[in-house]
Amino acid sequence: MDFLTLIQVLDSTVRLATPLLLACLAGLYSERAGIFDIGLEGKMLMAAFFSAAVAAVTGNVWLGLLAGIGSSMLLAGLHGVASITFRGNQLISGVAINFLAAGMTVLIAQDWFQQGGRTPSLIGGGRFVPIELPFAIGPADAAAAGVPLTQMLKEAGWVSQIYSELISGHSILVYLTFLFVPLTAWILFGTRFGLRLRAVGENPAAVDTAGVSVVGLRFAAVAICGVLCGIAGSYLATALQAGFVKDMSAGRGFIALAALIFAKWRPWHALGACLLFGLFQALELRPDVLEAAFGMKIQAQFLGALPYVMTVVILAGFVGKAIPPKAGGEPYVKER
Amino acid sequence: MEKMPKWADVVLIPLISLFLAAVLSALVILGIGEDPVAAVKLMVDGALGSSYGWGYTLYYATNFMFTGLAVAVAAHAGLFNIGGEGQAMLGGLGVAVICLFIPWPHWSLALIFAALAAGLFGAAWAAIPAYLQAKRGSHIVITTIMFNFIAAAVLNYLLVNQLRPVGSMDPASARFAEAVHLPSLHEMLAPLGIAFSKSAPANVSLLVALAACILVWVLIWRTSLGFEIRAFGKSEPGARYAGISPVKITMIAMLISGALAGMMATNNVMGEAERLVLNSTEGAGFIGIAVALMGRNHPFGVFLAAILFGFLYQGGAELALWTKIPRELIVVIQALVILFTGALDNMVRMPLERIFLAFRKEAK
Repeated sequence: MDFLTLIQVLDSTVRLATPLLLACLAGLYSERAGIFDIGLEGKMLMAAFFSAAVAAVTGNVWLGLLAGIGSSMLLAGLHGVASITFRGNQLISGVAINFLAAGMTVLIAQDWFQQGGRTPSLIGGGRFVPIELPFAIGPADAAAAGVPLTQMLKEAGWVSQIYSELISGHSILVYLTFLFVPLTAWILFGTRFGLRLRAVGENPAAVDTAGVSVVGLRFAAVAICGVLCGIAGSYLATALQAGFVKDMSAGRGFIALAALIFAKWRPWHALGACLLFGLFQALELRPDVLEAAFGMKIQAQFLGALPYVMTVVILAGFVGKAIPPKAGGEPYVKER
Repeated sequence: MEKMPKWADVVLIPLISLFLAAVLSALVILGIGEDPVAAVKLMVDGALGSSYGWGYTLYYATNFMFTGLAVAVAAHAGLFNIGGEGQAMLGGLGVAVICLFIPWPHWSLALIFAALAAGLFGAAWAAIPAYLQAKRGSHIVITTIMFNFIAAAVLNYLLVNQLRPVGSMDPASARFAEAVHLPSLHEMLAPLGIAFSKSAPANVSLLVALAACILVWVLIWRTSLGFEIRAFGKSEPGARYAGISPVKITMIAMLISGALAGMMATNNVMGEAERLVLNSTEGAGFIGIAVALMGRNHPFGVFLAAILFGFLYQGGAELALWTKIPRELIVVIQALVILFTGALDNMVRMPLERIFLAFRKEAK
């Protein structure tokens, strides 16, 4: 295995970790505020469909992104109403949202496009295109030099390889997502809003006593969760792939949930966990690399199950204990 | 004092929730340009209008009874077992092992041992999340979700690499022997002179499911273990104070729950497919959640709700066959039922309680 192959695997790791990271940060806001959310998957799926549908009809990917975020926020609002306003079971609400998205997306897709529950393939402005950073070796350079891109990359130095393959050439959503990590860390641990958000997940009665609205804070957290899940879903349908297909979130919402536990509800650790789980997904696609690295065949199913197994081990407390926010999952009832 | 009479809690609230879910489903059907009344008629005709339809409805209902009971038993102990899907998959593995590797002289013997193995495998798959919840305090919902995915990976690996017959491209086990074929309702009813569709998959495991309903009722309401389970589910500190071991109840409730989910495999794997295929459960484990919520965790309620969902499943298949409405409509209805009977329960309950209180004041 040469250096360039490694860089390529890391490159697809970044691509695949992006939706996980967005959904993971989404869950982070919600669960830090005391609202369990196992409906990340459904919100992503809904956003994937509406972003692809609107992008396909209008040809404008930004409108698609907006529609994706809107639809995800609608589901987030439903989760908020069920679990905050009506103090229902947050887990059951999450399950319902996942099924609602799985069913509605296919139903609407079939009604609008009659293509067996998918949207038309996105072309041109309907997709987020890779951004080529300055001085990176890209297709244009290769065309100008008259040699294939792969050969040009192979002959380049390792710094240039890292820069051109790994850092350059992602869509704008990828760069934004990685910016969300320090931003989230700052919001949670550096602002008054973040302090209150964390407090409402640990001890809502104390927040209430201080005269801050528990309901308002929790709705704000759920709304942020909706926005981030919306971006995650839109990324799936308009950047990672070109269009919506049935069940395209493929369990990513649950891997993000696993990553969130793995990261013990901390933003920087979430980045690490999502990159790790993204690497597993990238390796699943490259059995040849694995075989070269380990000298034997590794079962794809094993890699697929690894995030879940690792999360169970972490949950079991054998490798450090994962302690969720204390008031998580419990509706807040004002004392009378 | 109770805020409202028991019948309102048990009958009225589920019916109102169901009504709300039905109204929204009708709106969805209208929204995609179809006629809800015609759709319902088609569903009733397709699912209940013939013994063929009934055969499918009861076949699905058998699955849902097992998974619904699984969720209900865990719910009585205050545990949310969302892992019925994985436990049912493992149950399928248990059935396959029993049916593939042992030459059975008669189906009845095979069914007993297959049910035992299915229950054992399902219980084993529930045991680890249960132990982690009881001993290490990790949340059972999260661990059972993780175990669903791990189960899918395990089954995928075993079917592709171990159980697949040589030369076959299908990720499925070999066909079971003729001797373990379970009698279908057609074969059971023919000696009684009742004609029943030959091609419908409902089979003798329906009786196993009915027996499970009765046994669960006895367990929960007529044994001291059932009392302990309910006490623990109502209040953990209270149960602890009464000398009930939380570890013991968590483990036992989850083992029973897992075993029930696993035993679903006697129907779908042994009774219908007669071999183990990939994704044999088809989401029945999750429908168990809706069934248990709808049936208020009571075995009789679970029985009724399972029939209702069996009807929806078969009716939905008919809709997909004859109209432009995709099968996913059923997933939407399922989501709405879970939403209204589970998460938005208080939305229905609070105004109703107020009405009953107002009436009571007037009576005084």
